Amino acid sequence: MITGTAGQLQSGPASSGAALGRKLGYGLLYIILILVAVLQVLPLVWLLFFSLKNNQEVFNLPPFSLPMDPKWENYSKVWSAGNINVYFLNSVWVTVLATALTVILGSLVTYAVTRMKWKGSSFVLGLFMVAMMIPVHSTLIPLFSVYNKIGLTDHPLSLIFSYVAFNMPITIMILLGFYYALPREVEEAAVIDGCSVNRMFVRIVFPMTSSVLATTAIINMIYNWNEFIFVNTFISSDIYKTLTVGVQNFIGQYTTDWGAIGATLMISILPILITFLFLSDKIVEGIAAGSVKG
Amino acid sequence: MDKVLSNKKIIALYVLPSLLLILGVVYIPIILTGYYGLNKWNGISAMEFIGMENYLALVKDSAFWSSAWHSLLLALFSTLSLVIYLAVAMVLATRIKGANLFRKIYLIPMLLSSVAIAQLWLKIYHPTNGIVNSFLESIGIANPPAWLADTSLVLPALFIPILWQYAGFYILIYYAALKNIPASLEEAAKIDGANALQIAWKIKLPLAMEVIKVTIVLAVVGSLKYFDLIYVMTDGGPNGASEVMASYMYRVAFRAHDFGYGSAIGFFLLVICLIITWIIRKLTATKDTIQYS
Repeated sequence: MITGTAGQLQSGPASSGAALGRKLGYGLLYIILILVAVLQVLPLVWLLFFSLKNNQEVFNLPPFSLPMDPKWENYSKVWSAGNINVYFLNSVWVTVLATALTVILGSLVTYAVTRMKWKGSSFVLGLFMVAMMIPVHSTLIPLFSVYNKIGLTDHPLSLIFSYVAFNMPITIMILLGFYYALPREVEEAAVIDGCSVNRMFVRIVFPMTSSVLATTAIINMIYNWNEFIFVNTFISSDIYKTLTVGVQNFIGQYTTDWGAIGATLMISILPILITFLFLSDKIVEGIAAGSVKG
Repeated sequence: MDKVLSNKKIIALYVLPSLLLILGVVYIPIILTGYYGLNKWNGISAMEFIGMENYLALVKDSAFWSSAWHSLLLALFSTLSLVIYLAVAMVLATRIKGANLFRKIYLIPMLLSSVAIAQLWLKIYHPTNGIVNSFLESIGIANPPAWLADTSLVLPALFIPILWQYAGFYILIYYAALKNIPASLEEAAKIDGANALQIAWKIKLPLAMEVIKVTIVLAVVGSLKYFDLIYVMTDGGPNGASEVMASYMYRVAFRAHDFGYGSAIGFFLLVICLIITWIIRKLTATKDTIQYS
């Protein structure tokens, strides 16, 4: 009896000490995690701030402060004066078209590989998967000279072809997991009812994959939107340039106007930031699925 | 069922467009790169077959080996930083509140275009008005370094934004892998008296090994072919101090218009990436994959 209470008395402070230690430990972990988060976001906050300043304010005000009246006109100025509106629209339609093509063609291949029976299907799948390891730079010179021969340099089709081909592997990889897991009963019933393969794919399978299609589409959009090296190499006319190269050229001409540069950069990253705000779960899912399973 | 699903015409219809595209845009070009490398060619006039001359010149080209050394340093640096990413992911995976939000925030830089990031970091390193030197001056350092213009500092200065760009990507991958480990294993270890460090080292690390291997390949190969930020921020300068293999290839091909020699570099890059992928996979091959469910 007596020893029992003594034991309880002793264990009281000891366990609260451990709890305190654990709380301190957690507090420390949180500080580390928050510090990393701040480091990841701080440069972007600074970018937002200087995109709203004129040079005088950039040079004289503290870096992380906003001027009394934010210079929103930086944005309207570069939007029209710097050709940024043209580049922006080019980026939009090239991104949308390349993404749609990749997702549709990728779905067809994935369907043929996972559902249909043919010799060489695993070899073909292997070709797509190995392509993921091939550096873009090793294809750049032949692509340039072949596009040049067939009149596709300085033509948006050179971008579309390149984007679709280089994003096909990761698209198929993300789709594969989903197709393998998709139950086949509905399809079997459809075949027994005399449904054709085309009809089955368009009416049954394609709609059933809508959630993974969204994931692959978002990943494709991000990659296409940000693509730089192909545009930089294949496209020379301003009317076909997309934002990445357009921004690069614009900034090359206006190296001293900080506000204009900041506004241009903000315009180029805003669509991605907005997408991220609403669809971060899909983006996380797509990047995780497209990275490791190989 | 089988009859319907082995219709050759439909299979061809579904597979051929993508197959032709990937052959035409990826596979035929890499063969052509190897072949162009055997020629003297400026991209415009007729090719002149010169055999292994370009490849032999490459072996003796000190500018190329300097760029290869920089790529290798980046690979080393990227691989070492995986340890930090893994540590952060382990903290995140300890059922901490807000883990999901944290990993999303970490990912933001990776989603943005390299050009935008590069331009932003050019400003961050700006000698007089960048935040780095503003901060250094505010704590009393009178003559802060010129970072990207300094031949001895330019490489580390470039590595920082590359680390910043990809941190969230690797943390995300590690987090997903660690979350896959069943909580029952950890609880069993706790009952046996293991502390947090022991659990991380003896249980989580071995179970995440498959994923760690993949990330090592991604980090090494990704570094060897790395181009974007370096091209925009320094273009290999000053004086070649930050040149990497891909930027050197780009300069030779599209600035000096030496397509033959540029192709030789491009082909070398391809071979090196494939060999290193193979070596890392061999070196880290485990006899049997760990099963847990």
